[in-house]
Amino acid sequence: MTLLLFLAILDGLAYAAQVFMVAVGLTLIFGVLRILNVAHGSFFAIGGYVAATLGTWAAATAAAPVLALPVLLLAAVMVGGVLGPAIERLVLARIYTKEHVLQLLVTFALFMILEDVQKLVWGVQPIFQDGPVRALGQVEVGDIIYTAYQLYLLPGVALATLFGLMWFLRRTLTGRVIVAVTEDREAATAMGIDANRVYLLTFTVGTVLAALGGALASPTTSLVPGVGVNMIVLSFAVVATAGLGQIEGAMLTALLIGLGRSVAVYFAPEFEVVIPYIIMVAVLLIRPHGLFGRPELRRV
Amino acid sequence: MDRRLTLPTLAAATTVVALAIAAPWLKFVFTVALAKGLAVLGILLLLRAGQVSFGHALYIAVGAYTVAFLRPAIGEVLLLLPLAATAGTIVGFAVGLFVARYRDIFFGMLNLAFSMVFYSLLEKLYAYTKGTDGIRVPRPTIGGVTLDPVAYEWAVLVGTLALALTLGWLVSRFLASPLGQALPAIKTRETRLEFAGISAKRVLLVAYVASAALAGLGGGIIACTTLHVTPLLSYWTHSGELVFIAILGGAGSVLGPFLGAAVYELVRVYAAAAFPDAWQMILGAVLLVIILFAARGLWGMYEDLVLRKDRRA
Repeated sequence: MTLLLFLAILDGLAYAAQVFMVAVGLTLIFGVLRILNVAHGSFFAIGGYVAATLGTWAAATAAAPVLALPVLLLAAVMVGGVLGPAIERLVLARIYTKEHVLQLLVTFALFMILEDVQKLVWGVQPIFQDGPVRALGQVEVGDIIYTAYQLYLLPGVALATLFGLMWFLRRTLTGRVIVAVTEDREAATAMGIDANRVYLLTFTVGTVLAALGGALASPTTSLVPGVGVNMIVLSFAVVATAGLGQIEGAMLTALLIGLGRSVAVYFAPEFEVVIPYIIMVAVLLIRPHGLFGRPELRRV
Repeated sequence: MDRRLTLPTLAAATTVVALAIAAPWLKFVFTVALAKGLAVLGILLLLRAGQVSFGHALYIAVGAYTVAFLRPAIGEVLLLLPLAATAGTIVGFAVGLFVARYRDIFFGMLNLAFSMVFYSLLEKLYAYTKGTDGIRVPRPTIGGVTLDPVAYEWAVLVGTLALALTLGWLVSRFLASPLGQALPAIKTRETRLEFAGISAKRVLLVAYVASAALAGLGGGIIACTTLHVTPLLSYWTHSGELVFIAILGGAGSVLGPFLGAAVYELVRVYAAAAFPDAWQMILGAVLLVIILFAARGLWGMYEDLVLRKDRRA
């Protein structure tokens, strides 16, 4: 019983770390662009697929164990660096002034397109790689043998992302420019800030983070069609529970939902898929704007 | 009802029947198209309020599974379909009480979350739903009469057509009523609506429950037509399809959903078979093009071409 609970907690932490990587990009993009990017889950999936492809290729070379981890980062930067700017410039830039409904529909259309791109490129059979997990080996925690990858690397990267983003947004000039645009786009533009560049930068950073989340997930889950939609729904649950635009809050709710889900996996597997939404609905019933969200001012 | 709609409506109904006589396999396609059109009619109500639901396949599945679960006990279409609509109404009211508090992103995504949870439940509770295998629905009777397959298909098609005409007319009356007029007000400036003493939440809830009832009925018809239900009915691609049809047809008129659904189903018969793995991609691309370049959909194009001369200023 205690052993199972302990195992559930370890699993939950690793899972929360993955979800956080996707959710933080989603919430960052929403905070700045005011668009909820439904295609964000696809970036996660494509990041995973590219990482698995590169990983399988790297495993065949002589330097396999050394390459296993850098390949994950490379995949994320490749996917985010190509898809992010392309989508922001070619599609999103045309709809910033349109109605909310249309913005949602446009990202939904992108999502439909990207889901099939995955099927066309990688097929519908599950894809899996285990290079990164083997490269780091296993550790003993009490009586449990656990992979170092899930125990140290995943939470480590998530924490580094959280603190890195907080430092970036609060201490660097570029970060403060982003915050300024978030607070008041017009005033920021009047100060000579190029809001379009801020949008492009933010969207690309968010895309890279989602793709990194997918790349990091590729050694521990097998990639099948549908991982993208599950991830966007789940990370939306995390982001909505925290309050849209809340970065630190997203970490906390990712933990809450990650742990809740993994405890359910061990003790009540039928409820595994429902737990995140029960948590979300319970929180939203009491606090409609999420745990840390602020109500928006209503215009008359 | 808008006089200018009478002629196109009658022409469309006649075309459907004529084509179904000419090509018998079209009976099935048109019945499913009209059933989806009913669900899309509900999406249109929500679109009028500026809201989009990425989870209305939930109610199609609720209606369809209601028929599948009750079929062993009740073998009559005229009872099964009202029950499907009732089930949609009840679930819609329960979910609506929660989601009507939200707008835009939250509204869309919460609906998606509910439909995906329902999908997982249908898939996992194998003992009741037979999982992804789905449930076969033996052909029910209509008005107590057991019909042979061809007569049954005709009866369901004509019945669905009559329902589509009646409900389309009712929805257009609803949209013209004070309550229906409050829907666009939610889209433009909700606070002013509330200053006028009207609860925006309640208006949206009414529209939401109506949309769920329409989708439940559509789902019931689909179950009675395909005679087989699977959890896929509740999957997000299905919800996306409904939103797609609404945008394709155009939100400007109650004929839009049916026009969109007919075109969509006809194209799908050929395209989905030719490009099974690229179908969503084609849909997504067309959706993008419509939103960016022809926001009023097929009905908008029709209006521009045919009705431009007598359009009111």
